[in-house]
Amino acid sequence: MSTQLPPQKKSWSWRSQAFRGLIYQIIAIGLIAAFVWFIAHNTLYNMKIRGIQSGFDFLTSPAGFDIGESLYAFDSAQPYWQAFLVGVTNTLRIAILGIILTTILGTLLGVGRFSRNALVRGVCYAYVEFFRNVPVLLQLLMWYLLFTEVLPAASDAWTLGPIFLSKGGLSFPIPVWATGQLWALIGLGLAIVFNIFYLKWARRKFEATGKLQSMFWVPVAICLGGSLLGWVSGGAPMAFDSPIKGEFAIEKGGSLTPEFLSVLLGLTIYTAAFVAEVVRSGIQSVARGQGEAAAALGLNPGQSMRLVMLPQALRVIIPPMTNQFLNLTKNSSLAVAIGYPDVVSIANTALNQTGRAVECIAIVMLVYLSTSLTTSLLMNWYNTRSAIQER
Amino acid sequence: MTAQTFKPIAARPAPTQTSGLVAWIRTNLFGDLMTSLMTLMIGGFLLYTIPQFLSWALFRAAWLPNFDACRVEGVGACWGVVAEKYRIILFGRYPFEEQWRPLVATGLMLALLVSSCTRAFWRPWLALLWVVVLYAVFMLMYGTVLGLSKIETDRWGGLPLTILLASLSMIMAFPIALVVALGRRSKLPAIRTFCTIYVELIRGVPLISVLFMASFMFPLFMPQGFTIDVLIRVLVGITLFSAAYMAEVIRGGLQAIPKGQIEAAATLGLSYWQTQGKIVLPQALAMVVPSLMNNFISTFKDTSLVTIVSLYELTGALSMALNSDSDWRPFKIEGYLFIAMIYFVFCFSMSRYSIWVEKQVNRNKQR
Repeated sequence: MSTQLPPQKKSWSWRSQAFRGLIYQIIAIGLIAAFVWFIAHNTLYNMKIRGIQSGFDFLTSPAGFDIGESLYAFDSAQPYWQAFLVGVTNTLRIAILGIILTTILGTLLGVGRFSRNALVRGVCYAYVEFFRNVPVLLQLLMWYLLFTEVLPAASDAWTLGPIFLSKGGLSFPIPVWATGQLWALIGLGLAIVFNIFYLKWARRKFEATGKLQSMFWVPVAICLGGSLLGWVSGGAPMAFDSPIKGEFAIEKGGSLTPEFLSVLLGLTIYTAAFVAEVVRSGIQSVARGQGEAAAALGLNPGQSMRLVMLPQALRVIIPPMTNQFLNLTKNSSLAVAIGYPDVVSIANTALNQTGRAVECIAIVMLVYLSTSLTTSLLMNWYNTRSAIQER
Repeated sequence: MTAQTFKPIAARPAPTQTSGLVAWIRTNLFGDLMTSLMTLMIGGFLLYTIPQFLSWALFRAAWLPNFDACRVEGVGACWGVVAEKYRIILFGRYPFEEQWRPLVATGLMLALLVSSCTRAFWRPWLALLWVVVLYAVFMLMYGTVLGLSKIETDRWGGLPLTILLASLSMIMAFPIALVVALGRRSKLPAIRTFCTIYVELIRGVPLISVLFMASFMFPLFMPQGFTIDVLIRVLVGITLFSAAYMAEVIRGGLQAIPKGQIEAAATLGLSYWQTQGKIVLPQALAMVVPSLMNNFISTFKDTSLVTIVSLYELTGALSMALNSDSDWRPFKIEGYLFIAMIYFVFCFSMSRYSIWVEKQVNRNKQR
């Protein structure tokens, strides 16, 4: 029996959906092309009339301005592209540290909302409600003001052992780089390689015999032991570069500027409030029965949270968490308001010096777009890994 | 045989009381060792810090607008800075004698926003009300009618500017977001691609770069001799920015509509626009109202960024009020706390409202 085909319409009638779709798309493309042409034409014309030069050739000419802080030495004779590079590293420094700290603080706060202790619940609730309802720019300004006004001058800095906190920022001792540190790094690397094999073996053993090996403390011990072994075999260097309280400033040692500290602190505290909400809603999305079943099996609340609730909540948590990480990265651009030399601030200076608005803003957008896309790619990869393995 | 005597076994103890203050404290604060330790630690910390803060903020504070009183040793917060400068903080550079106008305008805007949030006003004529009130607010602020003097937009500032920027950009972003959200789910590849590029591009960059673009590059985009007010430029920037985020929220709602609804609409012979307008959007939009509220809250907070492109809304007006005045500059932290409270009151009440709306939306599911 042959199936009867539906009556075929003429393929190119006005009533055909495909044909109309094509027309709509052509109209859309035409409109957008005309719009882009209009803007490009105006821009080029305006730039010609006002005598604005264009092009990225300015990147190789000397920058002519100093940068307050950078991971490596930079002086004003170096070209613009290196200044931009300093800005990018400063942005990434804030973003990476901020993401790590935010995750820790936010998870603690989110889990704290389920604590059996009413005081912990209340403090977490108050924290979240207060910090997410005040603009992040205002919070950054407030932290910066606190760091620069309330803290004492360098001459009578708050001291905790070899650590100093003052208007000049936070100073702390750093180990002097020697071969011992190199050996410690090598030891750590070897320990990590060893851990990969250990974890594989432990998982196979668990699946074969059901005996659970330690999946956390043993690897940590191996890492510590590896780096300690490397450090000792490198001659166990003990030299520290400690900060010294000078007359006007605290010299030597490692130091963090008040700008860096206030951006990092402000962003972490603001974003942690959102991460806490993400974690809370993720945990709430896990069916109640799971927690009750865990209790019935005799797990205590901590174990039930760690082994049963959080792994399942993670699947719900990851996509909104990615958004929060991206928000933190993008909000780090507000550092320009308090003078931390991130990429926006550098671009702003370069823009004012060279007048090349289009190029400078394009560079900023490119930097953030690529960071955002990389972060989403990484998190998507992690998301597919932790998703439910369905048949 | 010995006589058996009836010997009752001891009665079981009464179940521990589970209601009342004492029982609540026992279970919630001193349930077990860990809980008790936490209670002692956090309670001790709070008992140590809160009285200190209260003493600084209230008991030792100087309330009068007299900066000499604030400089006395041992005085806490100096709220005199607010008493002295509140006109500039709230209204920016708006001419001093004319500041009743932004005050009335703010009142009108607030009344409009609050009434839009109440059920009695959810009628078609609400749109008309919006147009009328917005027109009245603009005329009140800008002047030139009814004998009001003309006040250029670059002198607008403070709270009215914050509220205007947030609500106008939200209103204008909504239709754009609706179209883009539908476009991202369209079957036509060209339209889908354009919408996706727009959303991902905007969401990938910070608002501040969009604002820089609006203030530095916008003049280059326009034909020669065609200038746009900086307020409008910034407004367009914020609108385009929040439209991308809103489009994602609406798309989430669209995706939650079961496919059967659309198939049923197709079976009934509805066209694409009829399906979207009568079947999909009413359900999807009702679902995303709470998220749209959250969107509005973040737009409200984001308006603080326009200080960076030199518009004096609440945050900018505060810096302007205090930076030029060396007598009051040391008390900036009190000023910051004051506007933080304003932002908090607005955002917190909006988030409470969004929770209420969420309950209303979910009410049909609870039965």
